Amino acid sequence: MSQRRSGSSLHRFANPSRFLRLGRRLTPWFAVLAAAFIGAGLYVGLFVAPPDYQQGESVRIMYVHVPAAWMALFVYSCIAAASVASLVWRHPLADLIARASAPVGAGFTAVALITGSLWGQPMWGTWWVWDARLTSVLILFFLYLGHIAINNAFDDPTRGARAAAILAVVGFVNVPIIKFSVDWWHTLHQPASVFRLGGPTIDLSMLVPLFLMALGFTFYYMMLLMLRVRSEIVARKIRTVQLLQAAP
Amino acid sequence: MLAGLAAILRRDLRLALRQTADNGMAVGFFVLTVILFPLGVGPEPAVLARVAPGILWVTALLASMLSLERLFAADYEDGSLDLMALAPLPLSLLVLTKCLAHWLLTGLPMVVLAPLLGLLLNLEPAGYGVLVLAMALGTPALALVGAIGAALTLGARRGGVLLSLLVLPLYIPVLIFGVAAVDAAIYGVGARPHLLLLGGALLAALALCPLASAAALRQALE
Repeated sequence: MSQRRSGSSLHRFANPSRFLRLGRRLTPWFAVLAAAFIGAGLYVGLFVAPPDYQQGESVRIMYVHVPAAWMALFVYSCIAAASVASLVWRHPLADLIARASAPVGAGFTAVALITGSLWGQPMWGTWWVWDARLTSVLILFFLYLGHIAINNAFDDPTRGARAAAILAVVGFVNVPIIKFSVDWWHTLHQPASVFRLGGPTIDLSMLVPLFLMALGFTFYYMMLLMLRVRSEIVARKIRTVQLLQAAP
Repeated sequence: MLAGLAAILRRDLRLALRQTADNGMAVGFFVLTVILFPLGVGPEPAVLARVAPGILWVTALLASMLSLERLFAADYEDGSLDLMALAPLPLSLLVLTKCLAHWLLTGLPMVVLAPLLGLLLNLEPAGYGVLVLAMALGTPALALVGAIGAALTLGARRGGVLLSLLVLPLYIPVLIFGVAAVDAAIYGVGARPHLLLLGGALLAALALCPLASAAALRQALE
């Protein structure tokens, strides 16, 4: 009995129309929070935080690069979790969340790759090196593209969603490889300096803008997710209405 | 159960041998593309020797991917895949059998041909043994990983292009360790760790990929 209750409480949020109402209420909050945190993070990062003793002013690229890279992994993990939910419980909403997240995650991955390249040119003296971290993040970018492509490759949208879900779960092997690539291989990319045993090795004045930006990016993702899922639900409703009208 | 799987293996091999064009084309693609490189980068022996392992592996990857498109497609189109899914055999073992047949028809000829093509590319003598070993470990892993992509793209629009977008990123580890093993043997630093990693990748693919492919096939047949 208790199991059924917990199941029904989980299913409450899987109801698309309830999600629509929730999303409509939450989207402006997420937008305000995202703007506030990204604004504060950019201000602290660009004007308050000190320049690095080695990297000089270029260290400020990190305040965009590192949170974007975290988001790239976070969004992919969300897609994989939603895909498992979709494959196991067949929640229609889980498919929509995975579908709506993929372009956002691809965008964050592209931002991480581009800002990393801009930082690498003055610091490493090259736009790109084929080290383990960079290569595995590039693979992540292609996994996102594959996910988007297969989602749209079928005439039947549920077919595309199921295929994309399986691909997302298979591609999840890449996430731990990205995370630990700097420990497993001796690469040019820096090892982890924030989330590590024994505490971060970054000064607080640089951690603050980093976390402000990370929070801002997370709220930005939430806002986009709500918007995109809502528009997807509305688009399907319109399609259903059109089909009903076409075949009386 | 084994009798059923053996029957499917026999059927796939017999069908392929009666219609050699499909599988022959993958091997032909492998040979032809490798031959294009000396014409493209120039016939200088030192340059060719340096890039030989990479050329052989990249071409093997592409040949494997091109032939995978037909792994399930013919059975899907004529309905025999539905019957196989209805049979009391586990679908994952069926996938494994079809991958084995596919590897025997395309992977194995590539493993055999690779040293000959290495001769054309002036590959260093120390690299041949490891090249064959690495290819023997790597090409089955390619077939197993590619089977997921082949099952996912059944019935998709522009399936072939989509398959390359899905499968090539997942092929990259095999490419990296395959080339690294041959290079290590040529420079005399020991290919063992790379071969062990390739073997590990093959074992992981052997255990996990049939499950994913079976799930993909099930949703394609729904």
